[in-house]
Amino acid sequence: MQRSWRRRFHLPAVIGTIPMILVAVGVFVIGIGFSVLWSFTSSKLFPTYDFVGLAQYRRLWADSRWLVSVNNIWFFGLMSISCNMVFGYLLAVFMDQRIRQEDLFRSIFLYPFAMSLIVTGLVWQWVLDPNLGLQAAMRNLGWSSFSFAPLVDANTAIYALVVAGIWQGSGVTMAILLAGLRGVDEEIWKAARVDGIPTWRTHLSIVAPMMKGAFATAFVLQCVGVVRVYDLVIAMTGGGPGIATSMPAVYVIQLITVRQNVGQGMAAATMMLLPVLVVLAFSGLVLWRRNRRQEARV
Amino acid sequence: MDMAQNGTSVSIQDLSLNFGAVSVLKTLNLDVAQGEFVVLLGPSGCGKSTLLNCVAGLLDISEGRIFIKGKNVTWEEPKDRGIGMVFQSYALYPQMTVEKNLSFGLRVAGLPRDEIVKRIARAAEILQIEPLLQRKPSALSGGQRQRVAIGRALVRDVDVFLFDEPLSNLDAKLRSELRVEIKLLHRKLQNTMIYVTHDQIEAMTLADRIAVMKGGVIQQLDAPQTIYNRPVNRFVAGFLGSPAMNFVEGRLEKHGDGWSFVAEDLKIPLGTYQFDGQPEAGPAVFGIRPEHVSLNSGTGWPFSTSANVEVVEPMGSDTLVWLKLAQQKFSVRVTSERTPQNDEAVTLGFDPMRASLFDAETGGRI
Ligand SMILES: Nc1ncnc2c1ncn2[C@@H]1O[C@H](COP(=O)(O)OP(=O)(O)O)[C@@H](O)[C@H]1O
Ligand SMILES: [Mg+2]
Repeated sequence: MQRSWRRRFHLPAVIGTIPMILVAVGVFVIGIGFSVLWSFTSSKLFPTYDFVGLAQYRRLWADSRWLVSVNNIWFFGLMSISCNMVFGYLLAVFMDQRIRQEDLFRSIFLYPFAMSLIVTGLVWQWVLDPNLGLQAAMRNLGWSSFSFAPLVDANTAIYALVVAGIWQGSGVTMAILLAGLRGVDEEIWKAARVDGIPTWRTHLSIVAPMMKGAFATAFVLQCVGVVRVYDLVIAMTGGGPGIATSMPAVYVIQLITVRQNVGQGMAAATMMLLPVLVVLAFSGLVLWRRNRRQEARV
Repeated sequence: MDMAQNGTSVSIQDLSLNFGAVSVLKTLNLDVAQGEFVVLLGPSGCGKSTLLNCVAGLLDISEGRIFIKGKNVTWEEPKDRGIGMVFQSYALYPQMTVEKNLSFGLRVAGLPRDEIVKRIARAAEILQIEPLLQRKPSALSGGQRQRVAIGRALVRDVDVFLFDEPLSNLDAKLRSELRVEIKLLHRKLQNTMIYVTHDQIEAMTLADRIAVMKGGVIQQLDAPQTIYNRPVNRFVAGFLGSPAMNFVEGRLEKHGDGWSFVAEDLKIPLGTYQFDGQPEAGPAVFGIRPEHVSLNSGTGWPFSTSANVEVVEPMGSDTLVWLKLAQQKFSVRVTSERTPQNDEAVTLGFDPMRASLFDAETGGRI
């Protein structure tokens, strides 16, 4: 017991990380604590301590704007993560063919990830703007009936966001999955060929399952990207047209700054925290079980 | 093994393989008889694995043809060649149980379910891996993993087994155990086996014939004893045998009507030596294995001389005694109970019949 405690906590390391620990505890834990606390109050422009129970949550879930935001984040998240995984894997397989100029391609695919989402959003906004981008260019070339303006249509604006998200994120997924792919022993491929297993089947049944770790890493990064989508929405649509592309983070900021309703905004923020907590608890459980299994084997 | 009756199983004809500008295999020919166990032996990087991958169809060859069971398979896919292969890293599918590892290829090939079950049961029985069938490879020891890898070749029900250094990742004890098992497996199945290794003990113990390779060329293809006793060149002589053969550099000279090997004051009469062809006087290398030299055992030998012991190396079952012959290092293998001391004067004797003479320039056997 004594030994395992010392193995886990090195005194110099603990001292070195104290500032980080203080910041983390101060900003995150205390900040989150107050958010949750205020979500049970009737705070308007400024926080108060007039507790109203779950009233803010009832009003939140009755607000169509919030419901649209929740729908949007699920749609955006599922679409962009699944497409990113598929495209990222296909790109990684393409890169793994020992193509020439691999470095050049990798830089091109990774470039979008190096840009902030605001820049990504602005670039895509220009491309999709009817008066500046693709539509204007095609019309200038003589195709006067060409019409392509997804951002101003409430039905298609969310797809434009998804495309921008994929453009931004599939490169880094490719880089992570490529590293995983390179880690698969060449003899596994040979064995599968001798066994007569088609290449696609080898990918699906043998290689992809071996890359669980790489997929998990890519997935976590994608999830972070979904949470960060606030910038992209603000840069590309501002949540519009109307409320068509509103997302929970956009909703929270609007409630606090524009509609001056801190109580309900904090209720929304607390709702955003819930799925994160569920994921954290789940991954913690998985890690704990794996550790226990490893210790049992040693 | 009656080759004429059973015919040729694998025939490699004029095979060349280049990686870009680098030529790895050079117009190589090799015929393996039905049921024969051929070992490809050579230092690492000499092209053994490359040759095996060509036979398996995992590499496209540059020139030549490959026949398996009389059928030209030069451009066939690996699965259609009637081969099974076992790899050094085992190459098991890590996320599948042992049973799935064995059955996956068969299921993809669309074999009937009961046939798959039957083949797995047979392989598991032969290899004694029945209790392991539901385990994942990560829960197996190295030896068990390699057994499963052999099983995966076994269930394919093929004529030819290819092994690429299957025991190199195992520790010494397991290696010798599995070596015996592979030999037993060959006796039981009577399949053709081509086995790649850089370990001469594996080659000597397993092979019906050994092909010693160097630089993409087969130097000698013969039964292990022939290769051991009559190596065709200095490379083969030095590569096989541990401790290694002694080489003494000197000259071949004719005295009267008999030939002798001369180095400084050493003169070895070669009356009992069997020359490969017509010998010529000139620089030559005299080679003799440490176990073919006898220490302090009288003067009944066709050749004997005296020397001082320099170092004694005990090796367990016997001892290696180092001394100098014509100012050149020379070792003698003796059984332990007759071990001499350092600096002791000894006489050594041998029969030149057991020696090998090589051309100093080409290294070829004289
Ligand atoms: N894919 C490849 N591309 C270029 N050269 C290769 C490749 N594979 C092997 N070689 C070269 O071919 C030679 C023989 O390799 P290999 O057959 O693996 O040797 P061995 O199995 O005898 O150790 C080596 O010199 C190696 O560098
Ligand atoms: Mg090799």
